[in-house]
Amino acid sequence: MAAAKAAAVAAARPAGATVLKSGIGEVVYRPSAQAETMTRRSFFNWLSLGWISFTAAMGGMVTAATRFMFPNVLFEPPSTFKAGRPAEYAIGKVDERWKESYGVWLVRTDEGFYALSTTCTHLGCTPNWLGAENKFKCPCHGSGFYPTGINFEGPAPRPLERYKITLADDGQLLIDKNVKFQQEKGQWESPGAFLTFSA
Amino acid sequence: MPEIQTHAPADPTGERPKRSLIQYVRDTQVWGSIFRHGPPSNDRNRALAIITNVFLHLHPVRVRKSGIRLKYTWCMGGVTFFLFIVETITGLLLMFYYRPTLEYAYTDIWDLREQVPLGVMRELHRWGAHAMVIAVWLHMFRVFMTGSYKPPREFNWNVGVILLVLTLLLSFTGYLLPWDQLAIWAITVGSNMARATPFVGHEGPGAALLKLGDVNLVTIGSDVRFALLGGRFVGAGALLRFYVLHCVGIPLVVGTLIAVHFWRVRKDGGISGPL
Repeated sequence: MAAAKAAAVAAARPAGATVLKSGIGEVVYRPSAQAETMTRRSFFNWLSLGWISFTAAMGGMVTAATRFMFPNVLFEPPSTFKAGRPAEYAIGKVDERWKESYGVWLVRTDEGFYALSTTCTHLGCTPNWLGAENKFKCPCHGSGFYPTGINFEGPAPRPLERYKITLADDGQLLIDKNVKFQQEKGQWESPGAFLTFSA
Repeated sequence: MPEIQTHAPADPTGERPKRSLIQYVRDTQVWGSIFRHGPPSNDRNRALAIITNVFLHLHPVRVRKSGIRLKYTWCMGGVTFFLFIVETITGLLLMFYYRPTLEYAYTDIWDLREQVPLGVMRELHRWGAHAMVIAVWLHMFRVFMTGSYKPPREFNWNVGVILLVLTLLLSFTGYLLPWDQLAIWAITVGSNMARATPFVGHEGPGAALLKLGDVNLVTIGSDVRFALLGGRFVGAGALLRFYVLHCVGIPLVVGTLIAVHFWRVRKDGGISGPL
């Protein structure tokens, strides 16, 4: 009797149905019509694709946001400038006319010119030229430099840097701040660190 | 558990029962929609008062007696939080007058002191900032001396260290905004340290290794200091970037981490007891 009833129930079940037996009876799980269209393997393939796309999109956004912080145009003075004719500079003087606008001291010696950076090599302040004491003196921490740029007092660890100085085709002094020469690396002997000139 | 009675029972005589004003307010729909529990006259409602309130739920439900002893905590965490609120309010008020441009920054600070009512507002913000840095250090000192960084509180110690660094960065970014000589040179010196960052600072170790052919990728115009300053030196770009970081960027992160910090105090077992 019971066996015949169970057989009748089983016959009424749709194909593909799973039967779980519990304490209070049977639970029949029947796959839906859509279930046939996605296997476990294809589900994980799509899941992987989704995560890869998401990671790529996030990576792209972070990259773009980082790039956003680096502007293409700067409203800063150009790094190359013409400083007039050599005859405008007195021999033996430290010239301060380009300090404010370009951060450069032009020094005229008997032999020629060199262009000193006005950035202190200690922590980047701007020293003052003290003509009476014949030295550069940084107001921040007291570093002192000779007119050559060599450091001799205070915490500055190395001499002031020099910029490339040449004569342009039109006879003007041309300073290129993109090229710098460091004394401690022996670069002051390099071409461009000193402009030999005799009037 | 007795049923919580939120409404007065119907009176069989038909007369309206006399209710106190407090009872009247408690019976309104407005009150009932905000506070979804009875008066805090038993333990359950007292706990509900805390955990159903978004602000109070960050705070432990129960606080040890030792946890509120001033001698034990110095209340330095609380003082730091109070000062953060002070800085938020005074800073917001200052923002109504201050413009972060080369043209106006310095004179707007002057104007805030000389012309705007309550010229002390900017000083309040500055004093509060100094006090907050001191308080956050003292808080760290107390937590260290009482061993409150030990398990299970290691994670919250680390959140606290990040908050300390962010507090210092708030101070640092705010330092530039008056745009006087002190500000410009302090930030020049401070940001020059970023030149020496490994790999991403143009004077740092490893930066020379990053090149395409002969072209250096990390230069003064493309390193981490440049991204911070928005330029090769402390100028208009730096002033604006520091302003945005000071007023929006860092406070957002700090506010979020403060919530995490308080919540973890609760989750890690409340304020630690005396050793």
